Amino acid sequence: MEFLIASAIGVMTAAGIYLVLRLRTFPVILGISLLTYAVNVFLFTSGRVIVGAPPVLRDNITTYTDPLPQALVLTAIVISFGMTAVVVMIGLGAFLGSDDDHVDDQPETPQDKPEGSA
Amino acid sequence: MTHWLIAPVVLPAMLAPFIILAARFHIGIQRVFSIAGVVILVAISGALAWAASDGTIMLYQLGDWSAPFGIVLVGDRLSTMMILLTSVLALFVLIYAVSSGWDNRGWHFHALFQFQLMGILGAFLTGDLFNLFVFFEVLLIASYGLMIHAGGTRRLRAGVQYVLFNLIGSTLFLFALGAIYAETGTLNMADLANRVTLISAEETVGIRVAAVLLLLVFAIKAALVPLHFWLPSSYAEAPAPVAALFAIMTKVGAYAIIRVYTLIFPPDLKVTAGLHDTWLLPAALVSLAIGMVGVLAAKRFDRLVAFSIIGSMGMVMVSIALFTPEGIAAALYYIVHSTFAGAALFLIVDLVRSSRANLDLTPQAPVASATLTASLFFVAAIAMAGLPPLSGFLGKLLVLDASFDSGQMVWIWAVVLGSSLVSIVGFARAGSVLFWKAQSVQPPGDAAKVVAPATLSYVAIGGLILLLALHTVFAGHMHRYTTAIAAQLFSPVPYITTVVDTPGKLSEPTEDQ
Repeated sequence: MEFLIASAIGVMTAAGIYLVLRLRTFPVILGISLLTYAVNVFLFTSGRVIVGAPPVLRDNITTYTDPLPQALVLTAIVISFGMTAVVVMIGLGAFLGSDDDHVDDQPETPQDKPEGSA
Repeated sequence: MTHWLIAPVVLPAMLAPFIILAARFHIGIQRVFSIAGVVILVAISGALAWAASDGTIMLYQLGDWSAPFGIVLVGDRLSTMMILLTSVLALFVLIYAVSSGWDNRGWHFHALFQFQLMGILGAFLTGDLFNLFVFFEVLLIASYGLMIHAGGTRRLRAGVQYVLFNLIGSTLFLFALGAIYAETGTLNMADLANRVTLISAEETVGIRVAAVLLLLVFAIKAALVPLHFWLPSSYAEAPAPVAALFAIMTKVGAYAIIRVYTLIFPPDLKVTAGLHDTWLLPAALVSLAIGMVGVLAAKRFDRLVAFSIIGSMGMVMVSIALFTPEGIAAALYYIVHSTFAGAALFLIVDLVRSSRANLDLTPQAPVASATLTASLFFVAAIAMAGLPPLSGFLGKLLVLDASFDSGQMVWIWAVVLGSSLVSIVGFARAGSVLFWKAQSVQPPGDAAKVVAPATLSYVAIGGLILLLALHTVFAGHMHRYTTAIAAQLFSPVPYITTVVDTPGKLSEPTEDQ
């Protein structure tokens, strides 16, 4: 079980880092999603891996799993979910505006106008 | 237990939804409530700073659950000084945003501004590492909205880079938190400080990885080279009042480094020995050099100011990396200075932008009210470059003085003094091109359309410059106070006992087992 979880975290992190280093928005967002999956599983296991034990106090049960990482994971999932939605929207706006989805700065063209100038 | 400690978090958190729900279509009502909220914040932060100035450590246990099981807010000298700095900066930035009309060029500026303040103030007050992560996310998600306020393709493209970089930073933060929890079983800062010392010498791998990851996360926030790449584009493309408010965001990273690496991983801890003098100090020196070279090399005025922010953060981090009481005291003095100077410069960039075709550093027709704008730029540039008589010079002297006994004294003095010279040349070149050579350029035919900025805009910038002047005049008082802050940071026992030993709900068992 430990080996399975550890290798899953490792593979997801490696794939995520590879995708994050790509040049276009779509693979980078996918890479960040993979990284957040990896970190969620990592947080989940930070309270030790105990299979089939309840996190909440019950009668007649002596083995418990740590409930705190589960609460942390819940927070992390909600935040990363929201953040991914935000970056998809901003990335989509940038792509539709400039017809180009490179993440890095492109050489400026002369017809670029500074935005927001009064 | 004082309930006022949570007011800086609750007030903006209540005000922002109110602005969205009740005053969505009325910019006038939004402005009134937003400014009133920030004025009240200044008053509350000032009172909290006053209450903490005698060395009292204020503690607020949310839901009356005692640490380490509950979340706590802690107000000591450092936290309360930072929240006072934030709310004073926010007041002047908000006045500028209202007077220049920036808040009316897109939706929900005031609501996002309040959420941003909630995140920053919460990050300064919290005594829990996971809670610090949550407040980081609050301030980041508000900053994403503010960063692309008023839209435009270039701003959206810069926004994508900014959001992606910070998402990776957040993921790293979670990895660090998971590693810390796996090693120690707690995320409360005071409790961590107790438990980290108990880890035996053979089992430090996990906690060392966590300490380095945490430093990386805070270094991203503080824009330390080589993690600074997000800053120049996003600060240059962000709306001016937002960029001015962002001047405090890099300081959140610096604050987190000071807090975590004096309380949890203090410099004399064997586990993290070498982290600050082997790694942090060289990175800080390179940031200082690259920032100031960037000031000289920038082809656009907004980029120039963004690079000067990187340089000033480098100066702050050099002083922090010494990890002596003198170094921290000098760093805190410089943090106050560079926040106001950076914000003033970003607002001046906007004054220039409002009456010029672009911000390229090429001679163009004079900007509106050129004399007043030029003199404000002159004073702010002197402050940022660290020339006498303003506080930048005094701050630099304090940093040099603090590094006098350090082993790397030669390197620090050489880089600090050399980069000062480079930045002076850079600012002088920018000023002479923008304001001086402009006098020899004939204005084009449609020059009559240029409108002078509102008087209130000059009041906002003048207020920031006035604060810089006061920071210089009362430098003795300020430095005595930052020395007191550093003394409190380097004797953390009262902090730890206040947090860990204060009883809360269920601290006393009601039935015997």
